[in-house]
Amino acid sequence: MKQYGEEQWKAKPDKINAELFVMTYGALVMQLYQDYEDYSAVNNELDKLGYNIGIRLIEEFLAKNGAVKCRNFMETAHVIALVGFRTFLNTGVSVGNVSNNEYTLVMESNPLNQFVVLPDTAIQQGLLYSNVLAGCIRGALEMVNMHTQVSFIEDELMGHEHTVLSVKLINYIPEQVPLDDD
Amino acid sequence: MSFPLVHSLWILNKAGGLVYSRSFSDQLPNLNSNEQLVLAGTLHGVHAICSRLSPVTSTKCSGIQVLESDSFDLTIFLTRTGTKFVLITTPGHPASQALLNRVYEVYADTVMKNPFHIPEMPIRNEMLDTTLDGFLRTPDFMT
Repeated sequence: MKQYGEEQWKAKPDKINAELFVMTYGALVMQLYQDYEDYSAVNNELDKLGYNIGIRLIEEFLAKNGAVKCRNFMETAHVIALVGFRTFLNTGVSVGNVSNNEYTLVMESNPLNQFVVLPDTAIQQGLLYSNVLAGCIRGALEMVNMHTQVSFIEDELMGHEHTVLSVKLINYIPEQVPLDDD
Repeated sequence: MSFPLVHSLWILNKAGGLVYSRSFSDQLPNLNSNEQLVLAGTLHGVHAICSRLSPVTSTKCSGIQVLESDSFDLTIFLTRTGTKFVLITTPGHPASQALLNRVYEVYADTVMKNPFHIPEMPIRNEMLDTTLDGFLRTPDFMT
């Protein structure tokens, strides 16, 4: 799976400069803060942004990685970590702490954090700088019929060693409307 | 009639609504958009019924994949997100499944990455039109 992810990344023809990307993202977060002047509102907005990215990104992921199959929620962990993060962000993510209907994704290095230092007030009030990633995973999984809750447990920018995301399954969305609802 | 042709492509959203349709040959009768919507909706319903009729209960049935007749073939590709791609071709078209996979990739690249497109709504996208023409339309001199 790991090798597959790396091959996909290498084969991808359209890549953009990482610095341009992280700078743009930084400017976006900055702008959001200037507009809302409240860190939790910024977190919310980033999550919503990510969600909307996720529900579209999943189509590209499925179109180009048709060979990869997940039969249940737990199998999505390695696919997201090794193929998803590799093809879209070129970063290594490992799966930790797998338990029933919940797993964590450990990012050794978060590319979005490059050049970023948060001011003290932002740390105190809990700005989740990379919250767009959480929204993105949530949106993508929802499109394949899984309601999830994705949250940051640790963040490098808050002084933790790694960035750790927790992904928790709430329920599977039934695929079809029941026939007897007339 | 021996040369494999693609007649037309439909894209159906999750609810069975026709969100995109494009014709690539002049051998099909001209249907107005209302008739096309009705046909697409019927296909969606039949597809759903078929997936429930499956006698095999151990695995989930994914519904109709190919519908063959003596004058045309209809190939359906259902994505994991519920969107359906339907390709109408001449009978025995050798590459309809492969073409549909390619269409899905193009769809992901042009439609889903367009920030002005609202998911599940009708698709108006020039880039999609031209890209599809590039590999689905048969050049005039070959027909």
